[in-house]
Amino acid sequence: MDETPVAETRPRLIYRHRLPTRIWHWSNALAVFVMLMSGLMIFNAHPRLYWGSYGANSDYAWLQIGATQTSGYLRVGSIEIPTTGVLGRWTDDAGNTVNRAFPSWATIPSGYNLAMARRWHLTFAWLFAFGLLFYMIASLFNRHIQRDLSLTRDEVRARRIWEDIKAHARLRFHNPARPAAYNVLQKFSYIGVIFILIPVVILTGLTMSPNMDAAWPWLVDIFGGRQSARSIHFLCAAGLAGFIVVHVLLVVLAGPVNELRSMITGWFRLPPRDVMGETVE
Amino acid sequence: MTIITRRTALSGLALGAGGLLAGCDRLNDSPAFRKILFAGEEMNLGFQRAITDRNALAREFAPDDRSPVMRPNGTRDPATPSYQAHRAASFSTWRVAVEGMVQRPMTFSIPHLRSLPTRSQITRHDCVEGWSAIAKWTGTPLKSLLDVVGLRDGARYIVFQCADLYGPNRYYETIDLIDAFHPQTILAWGLNDRPLPVDNGAPVRLRVERHLGYKHAKYVERIQVIDSLQRVGLGKGGFWEDHYDYDWYAGI
Repeated sequence: MDETPVAETRPRLIYRHRLPTRIWHWSNALAVFVMLMSGLMIFNAHPRLYWGSYGANSDYAWLQIGATQTSGYLRVGSIEIPTTGVLGRWTDDAGNTVNRAFPSWATIPSGYNLAMARRWHLTFAWLFAFGLLFYMIASLFNRHIQRDLSLTRDEVRARRIWEDIKAHARLRFHNPARPAAYNVLQKFSYIGVIFILIPVVILTGLTMSPNMDAAWPWLVDIFGGRQSARSIHFLCAAGLAGFIVVHVLLVVLAGPVNELRSMITGWFRLPPRDVMGETVE
Repeated sequence: MTIITRRTALSGLALGAGGLLAGCDRLNDSPAFRKILFAGEEMNLGFQRAITDRNALAREFAPDDRSPVMRPNGTRDPATPSYQAHRAASFSTWRVAVEGMVQRPMTFSIPHLRSLPTRSQITRHDCVEGWSAIAKWTGTPLKSLLDVVGLRDGARYIVFQCADLYGPNRYYETIDLIDAFHPQTILAWGLNDRPLPVDNGAPVRLRVERHLGYKHAKYVERIQVIDSLQRVGLGKGGFWEDHYDYDWYAGI
């Protein structure tokens, strides 16, 4: 009986995600989930955003979620978007109409409770902030940042980025020559999240603290005052929520079982065409 | 095959999210988990006290930086018969008693408070809800009063008993001695160069600038010096802390 050459038919497994990356991915998934949802409940206590140092009900809010007698709305600048059913005015599980910014399915706790939302938020902030710190230090030492996340000169060229956009449109996420490597758009989004969005959301979060503002006034100044910092905090959170949506969508499109397994065990199965095709090393 | 996998994955995600949410609400009520959640407050207090200067001053602003309106919050008018009587007398009858673990218990009238050294500060008020307002506060440093009455050994906290009622409870708040002796901690009787309005806590309120708004007790009638938070209310140090799970440490 002829044996088929094993290497060419059986999917090849490669070790793609190291342990610190996997630990941080899941601890951060939990932290972000709690931070976003408890944050929305905190936002519900005052669903208005301002620029500058101060901002309260009689001041101009650049963003507001509110309700009229009959409808909910999101107002950004002078643009008012009707959001009845989702934002501002919605129906809870018991069938009651509620005038509140974010609906109960999006918040922790699900019923209005600013105090407990703050408890969740300010306790999980530790996991969120020190998780990132742990990941950054570990990734410097195991060279994950230098090796996998840093962009080469070629990768920041417009032509290369455009090629990667086209590849994404065809649902091709892996460079056949280096299937374990992050693609260009992936690097941009990971760098944006790890080195910009999360650090800024943590630092603007710190400026919500009146004691930190007394001790480190320069921090709140960087962001242009406490209410500006609060606005930036919210915008970064929205950015993170947007990242999660795209991230999960791409995981599903790229093969959820393989992607999830690689983020749990570290082992990633190379797509068959790379195994069968011309690019096998 | 792939489609089933994707569909399964998506519905799995939706189910998971729903389950997680219900789980969060259940955790929210679990005594063991609440202990973990509430430990965050101790960590935040300990960490902030460790890495920041205990005497750091809150930012003071220029007159032009002030909010057009200092938004009042919480009680706007205690409206009890005794408060209305004080108000009718323009608070000439109001007394602030300082008692508890002090060497010389005393009461202070508003003119007496005004006769002590005065401090004015234009500071930002940050409400726990998220809004901020900048205003000028004028008042008597709490340290001056505490120096006059003299603390006894073992004193650790200052209680502020207020004239406004929340249901059957009078409003009350507590701070520790680090904040009590902080130069910007004042018993304010002036707002934006005018007598403190009823909306904002007339005739006298606390300003404890490195904390969120609910620590800034309004309508202060009695100041007690105590050794343990157990001696007041339900033991957590304030009306919101005792009844609604708010943090005692409101520096964050």
